Amino acid sequence: MTQIVTTETRDRVGIITWDIAGQSTNTLGEASLRGFEKAWRGFMEDDAIDGVVVTSGKDSFIVGADIGGLESMQQLPAEAVFAQNQELHAFFREMETAKKPTVAAVNGDALGGGFELALACRYRVLAEDAKLGLPEVMIGLLPGAGGTQRLPRLIGPRDALPYLTTGKNLRATKALQLGVVHAVAPGPDVVDVAVEAIRAGKVPAKAPWDEKGFEVPGDKPGSRGWQEVFAAGGAMLRKETKGNYPSPERIMASVYHGLQMPFDKALSFEGRQFTSLFMGTVSRAMIRTLWFGRNAANKLEKRPAGIPDTNFTKVAVIGAGVMGAGIASCTAMAGCDCVLLDISEEAAQRGHQHVKDYMARQVSKRRMTQDEADAVIARVHPTTDYSALKGTQLTIEAVFEDRGIKAKVTTAVEENTDDTHVFGTNTSTLPITGLAEAASRPEEFVGIHFFSPVEKMPLVEIIRGQKTSDHAAAVAMDYVKLIKKTPIVVNDSRGFYTSRVFGTYTREGFMMLTEGVSPALIENAGKATGMPMGPLELIDMVGIDTGHKIIHETIKEVGRDEMAARGEPFEALAVLDWIVEEVERPGQKAGKGFYEYDSSNNKTHIWPAVYERFPMNSDQPTVEELRRRFLHIQALETMRCMEEGVVTAADDADVGSIFGWGFAPWTGGVISYANDIGLATFLAECEELEKAHGLRFKPPQILRDMVAKGEAFYGAPAASMAAE
Amino acid sequence: MNEAFIYDAVRTPRGKGKKDGSLVEVSPTELSRQVLVALRERSDLDTSQVEDVVFGVVEPIGEQGGNVARTAVIAADYDQTVGGMQINRFCASGLEACNTAAAKVMAGADFAIGGGVECMSRVAIGDGGMPLASDPLLSLPSYFVPQGVAADLVATKYGYSRDDLDQYAVESQKRAKAAWDDGRFANAIIPVKDDNGLTYLDHDELMRPETDMQSLGGLAPSFGMMGEMAGFGAVAVQRYPELEKIDYRHHAGNSSGIVDGAAAVLIGSQQAGEKAGIKPRAKFRTFATIGSEPTIMLTGPADSARRALDRAGMSASDIDLWELNEAFASVVLRFMDELDIDHSDINVNGGAIAMGHPLGATGAMILGTVVDELERTNKETALVTLCIGAGMGVATIVERV
Repeated sequence: MTQIVTTETRDRVGIITWDIAGQSTNTLGEASLRGFEKAWRGFMEDDAIDGVVVTSGKDSFIVGADIGGLESMQQLPAEAVFAQNQELHAFFREMETAKKPTVAAVNGDALGGGFELALACRYRVLAEDAKLGLPEVMIGLLPGAGGTQRLPRLIGPRDALPYLTTGKNLRATKALQLGVVHAVAPGPDVVDVAVEAIRAGKVPAKAPWDEKGFEVPGDKPGSRGWQEVFAAGGAMLRKETKGNYPSPERIMASVYHGLQMPFDKALSFEGRQFTSLFMGTVSRAMIRTLWFGRNAANKLEKRPAGIPDTNFTKVAVIGAGVMGAGIASCTAMAGCDCVLLDISEEAAQRGHQHVKDYMARQVSKRRMTQDEADAVIARVHPTTDYSALKGTQLTIEAVFEDRGIKAKVTTAVEENTDDTHVFGTNTSTLPITGLAEAASRPEEFVGIHFFSPVEKMPLVEIIRGQKTSDHAAAVAMDYVKLIKKTPIVVNDSRGFYTSRVFGTYTREGFMMLTEGVSPALIENAGKATGMPMGPLELIDMVGIDTGHKIIHETIKEVGRDEMAARGEPFEALAVLDWIVEEVERPGQKAGKGFYEYDSSNNKTHIWPAVYERFPMNSDQPTVEELRRRFLHIQALETMRCMEEGVVTAADDADVGSIFGWGFAPWTGGVISYANDIGLATFLAECEELEKAHGLRFKPPQILRDMVAKGEAFYGAPAASMAAE
Repeated sequence: MNEAFIYDAVRTPRGKGKKDGSLVEVSPTELSRQVLVALRERSDLDTSQVEDVVFGVVEPIGEQGGNVARTAVIAADYDQTVGGMQINRFCASGLEACNTAAAKVMAGADFAIGGGVECMSRVAIGDGGMPLASDPLLSLPSYFVPQGVAADLVATKYGYSRDDLDQYAVESQKRAKAAWDDGRFANAIIPVKDDNGLTYLDHDELMRPETDMQSLGGLAPSFGMMGEMAGFGAVAVQRYPELEKIDYRHHAGNSSGIVDGAAAVLIGSQQAGEKAGIKPRAKFRTFATIGSEPTIMLTGPADSARRALDRAGMSASDIDLWELNEAFASVVLRFMDELDIDHSDINVNGGAIAMGHPLGATGAMILGTVVDELERTNKETALVTLCIGAGMGVATIVERV
């Protein structure tokens, strides 16, 4: 049997150390809990033991539930999920109410179930550099091991709710100040302090909520403050979730109702809310993509086999603009030296200054020490000299989107690097295969598409041109892993995957304008989907002129007829032509676009002339209709990408959509969205949309084929299809 | 089925619902007792003929809890056979209480009293709790927003500018002042006194007849903070996505005031009146209740008015006088637009913007006001209605006899 815990005895205190064999961290799952429970019971039944200390043999304490184990639980009916949850509560309650005290010696980060286990101990000692957190909300669940009940009973609902509904971390000093833990100590001392607490009789005989006459601290149920917390809290939540995320709602409901009932009933109520979330499609979609999909991408599970890991010592970035400097920052922050090259000394220094400014912000936000920041800055080497590229494993070109300039850079780089060196181009639109024609080693040429702002955006889209080798792709993936971002690998296409699909969202917004849909309604419907912004606000931010330029280039290169045959609606282009050419409002950076902006460049309202240029129909569509168009068109374009082989796997598409362009995370991504509607239903809805709105909604063959065969991208096909 | 007649209607003056208000020393039960005593004395009523007393109270807890109506019946020394019932239809409770009393008469009771009380200085709005606002399982799916934000939503959606609202408010103050100066409330007002006979209050003390556009112009919007900081504005826009945002245009001067007050209306059958030797003043033609969209919340009056008119086989043009509680200026402006009502025919003696809105009592107060006004102007028919929290409307049509 795999080792879960080790035990020892000190001074009549039993010490249980979580140390799951073969894992770098401890996770809470059925098997690990059983292992812990057995050790705990052993000490409880031992007359030579007065109390138990729980700690961990890893750097962290326990970092949450074993999410992998949740997959099998997803097959269970609601009764069984609820029953399992209640068993967990029963054991924690037994531990909490036992005559002999159990004390948590939290030696490192305690997240999710780990934090909840500590909360079920009657005394908590926390390492001074450790963090506590309940991140369940981020995958659509709730802290289902009593977290929604114990934390607010310790510190009151007003203080507890932010940690529960956003998953944000709680640092040791704050935890002590709020009363979440009883003591804070240096990491190596927590067990000693915990043992001493038991020996000195400091551990209370009962949890606060088991004391007679216990009252919730802070706002009492029904008080004015209580009503404020929940009424305003509910509205703020709805403002953020748009009603798309059941999880924070259920968390808040668990606190609201749970605090108004006896503790054991409250745990049962929490279990019901957990079960409801667990059985729902949103948590499943979020777990699928935000957990499994993203982890697989981060672990480079799709990396070509048989190619040795790249050991990066030096990376070069050509073009020290905002993008290039951002890439340099990320590289240097990963501990790798980075040559930052531009044509003039001045430009290169400007790029270096960008790095310095960014680092200064990190220091002022206390994300880094000054020494760490200085080291990062020192790892960036601004230059104009291509010979500095000698010894680099990878160069990333981030110059203007101009084939001529890019070709010159390609040649210069190749002249100064060896045969195994990989050339990456950070273009967002130009096809890689064409750019690679300038290379003498096109097989070592790859697209590495960053998103702006580079430092913040989590995704990197790696594009394989026709001749890109497995080696080049693997080096690019290794690099993305190095800088702690998430890679997806796609094949070459105009706009690749992310830009191409993202463009359909804003384009659909333009189409709605031309149809006489109210601009406010378009924007609100866009936001209602769970996209971060409405299409008009988004294109304003990205730059309307950029979008305008790209589509005109595409027309030049692909041809109008060909585009029309693929369903391109040119009415949308007329909107771009009007706003960019006729009224010259290129977007937020110019302080004018579809929106008006104030002196600090915050949007104030939709430019009134937009209403005049696109008169509204008296009869307006529902938000639901518009929502469907916005989301369906993106899913359709993604399926076309899959049909054309641009994207090769559904999970890549899903991860790329959420982390690349902010596709509504509640859906689990753009393919999950269609998948979870049911592909047959989705197909029928697209056919309706095609009738009403034209060829761009025409379902691709891949969708028809899958529906005909009763297939799905994920999971078992819907029951109705399976029966056929 | 019997017809129900209004024999008498009294109300207290409205005291400021703040620490320094003149009625703060008087408990809700005592205010209620005084209006019940007044009804008995004015009609020399044999209270054993009264079957029930129905009182509206919107925050029925604490001093207003435990069934104010029955408590006041006992305190007023009515016959012990008289029942007492407290009801809550939020802001229309007072009118609903009268309708309920009328229904009892229609079912065969001789007399019943409808009325209401609210001492907002003692039990504040929200003290009783409101799960629709606070329970996340209710508030999120129903797009809950508070009344003030809903009033601004009405103004934004239907395009009533700050000036439109303020002009209405100025007119309300002007009309209330004229009505008081002309003695139009004299018949209904019962000065509130202590047991020495010393007067606490004999007039509506919230009125600001000097109000003009300029003085209102200086007031900051009341609900913008709540709307923006707490996210209620965003919730309203999610429910009404045709709006870019909510413009916050209501403030203390164009919304109803917070006050203390009570009212009671004596309702009875024709035979009971004849037996008691008192003359009916008006007849209940019909009344109606309706639910409406809860986020915008305050558009129910038109829906309930239409339902009542349909039921009576009438149209809006058959109504001589309209009385709609001035909860917020936008509510009245919207109602006038929706039913095509001339401003000169509605709230002719001012309303809650000038005199205040003692939640549970207001419906009974304005029912009395409209009966007095029908008599004074020799008109025939009136419709009384109020907007209601959570999206409802109640409307009552009365005719002079």
